[in-house]
Amino acid sequence: MLTFELSPANDTRSGFGAGLLEAGKKNDQVVALCADLTGSLKMDAFQKAFPERFFQTGIAEANMIGLAAGLTIGGKIPFTGTFANFSTGRVYDQIRQSVAYSGKNVKICASHAGLTLGEDGATHQILEDIGMMSMLPGMTVINPCDYNQTKAATMAIAEFEGPVYLRFGRPKVTNFTPVDQKFEIGKAWHIHAGTDVTIIATGHLVWPAVEAALQLEAEGISVDLINIHTIKPLDEAAIVASAKKTNCVITAEEHNIIGGLGSRVAQTLAQHHPCPISFIGVNDSFGESATPDQLMEKYGLDSKSIYARVKMMKGI
Amino acid sequence: MSKSISELQSIASQVRRDIVRMVHAVNSGHPGGSLGCTDLFVSLYFKQMQHNPTSFDMDGKNQDLFFLSNGHISPVWYSVLARSGYFPVSELATFRKLNTRLQGHPTTHEHLPGIRIASGSLGQGLSVALGAARAKKLNGDDRLVYVLQGDGEIQEGQVWEAAMYAAHNKVDNVIAFVDCNGQQIDGSTDQVLSLGNIKAKWEAFGWVVLETNGNDLLALNTTIEEAKQLTGQGKPIMILMTTSMGKGVDFMEGTHKWHGVAPNNEELANALSQLEETLGDY
Repeated sequence: MLTFELSPANDTRSGFGAGLLEAGKKNDQVVALCADLTGSLKMDAFQKAFPERFFQTGIAEANMIGLAAGLTIGGKIPFTGTFANFSTGRVYDQIRQSVAYSGKNVKICASHAGLTLGEDGATHQILEDIGMMSMLPGMTVINPCDYNQTKAATMAIAEFEGPVYLRFGRPKVTNFTPVDQKFEIGKAWHIHAGTDVTIIATGHLVWPAVEAALQLEAEGISVDLINIHTIKPLDEAAIVASAKKTNCVITAEEHNIIGGLGSRVAQTLAQHHPCPISFIGVNDSFGESATPDQLMEKYGLDSKSIYARVKMMKGI
Repeated sequence: MSKSISELQSIASQVRRDIVRMVHAVNSGHPGGSLGCTDLFVSLYFKQMQHNPTSFDMDGKNQDLFFLSNGHISPVWYSVLARSGYFPVSELATFRKLNTRLQGHPTTHEHLPGIRIASGSLGQGLSVALGAARAKKLNGDDRLVYVLQGDGEIQEGQVWEAAMYAAHNKVDNVIAFVDCNGQQIDGSTDQVLSLGNIKAKWEAFGWVVLETNGNDLLALNTTIEEAKQLTGQGKPIMILMTTSMGKGVDFMEGTHKWHGVAPNNEELANALSQLEETLGDY
């Protein structure tokens, strides 16, 4: 059923902040580091509650990743926080050697991902981070879709042993997943069962996918709708099962179409159930300044674009 | 574990034999810096550090920890770890070979006892050491964290992020070293990218800086003991350790040419003739 109990709209970064506070209350080994963006990352509640477990690193992200790796030696569970751009591209080698290859239990938490960062423009709007992090052996990559799911994901990764990349964003978005849901890393959320077309969405594109599905269902097009919040490890079984039903797949993500969810889904289906597939995402370009809504419309990352793509795929 | 200076000398000679034999066997590796830093590794592992070679665990609670940031000098570390009991000395023969735990650069990936972080991509070890030092403080663990960097390595920007962090946060349970051999791959540090006044730089970043001769076991151990006395006083400690790259093998000394080159058969024989076999070759 495409009906949801809506919570007030909120930003996914606030979901992270709330989840971090809960994780900190639950386990005193949880520590947090931030590179001069404590307010933006909504880490202030954790900082206030656990000042001795909060590390302000200044504008020095490479050192922050190294500190986090070191803190695991002694049993700590470090959560690093900065914008997605500075969480990944800026520190790729530090994550690669000191975290991923070293197998350290560091949670790299990245806000302001994608176009919805808005007016600051392309320097800060990273659209390649899912690809970079997914390529690292042993890295778990999670991209939740709303406040409630981000909060649940944050609490879940605190209990998971191993390096994790957690990606979230800046603007307030529709908050439609259940409060206090159980978050299962690596398990797709089958939002709606259908037979004509599969829509697989992640992050900020999940709610627009729901809106498109509502419109399509009203027109008699049956939509199988899947939320992939964990891009790695990917729930391949859920994707293949859906493709076998519909033989028509559309992926939707706030990321370059190269290297993100769409690439992973295409690779999976090419091996296990080849079928027509189309990709909603940024078409190998940088972003630009504008409001989040204006950018999502211009770059075709909204419900209208998903709806139109389904119509095109079905030849209607 | 605490040895006399003459015992350390004897161990160092064997470690230097191990180093040249290891790199010769696979015709690759980094003998120059390894030989230069042998006296430090032997001093730390056989005299200065409190550690448990036979029951290694990753967290190392209530033990002193050591991090090697300039991971390319892995031969000296592997030799000293084996000679102090972390793993069988015979395993040194597997260095850089297929399926070895003794990878070209140190890693946790193959679960070699004694290694707590991968290193080799330069500039990252000081940050890791500071994180481990902060974990010790949170855990109420009063043991120390040691970390070694190369002098060429401090051209990396991350080193100075870490330097600034340590002083601001009064990380006073860490003793860091810079191996000042004045050499890097493309030539001397003065030719490639001058480090200027290294002591003044670290002091300007808020560190207590000691200087010593890293190839004089007595001077080196005296300085480390002085550094230990200075811990716990609100400042991070740096020991600038002058060494001769290739120390102990005359034709390798004082030049960058042996940074990453292995000796051939004749050169190996020449080198071994200068290094007494004190503990038995592996």
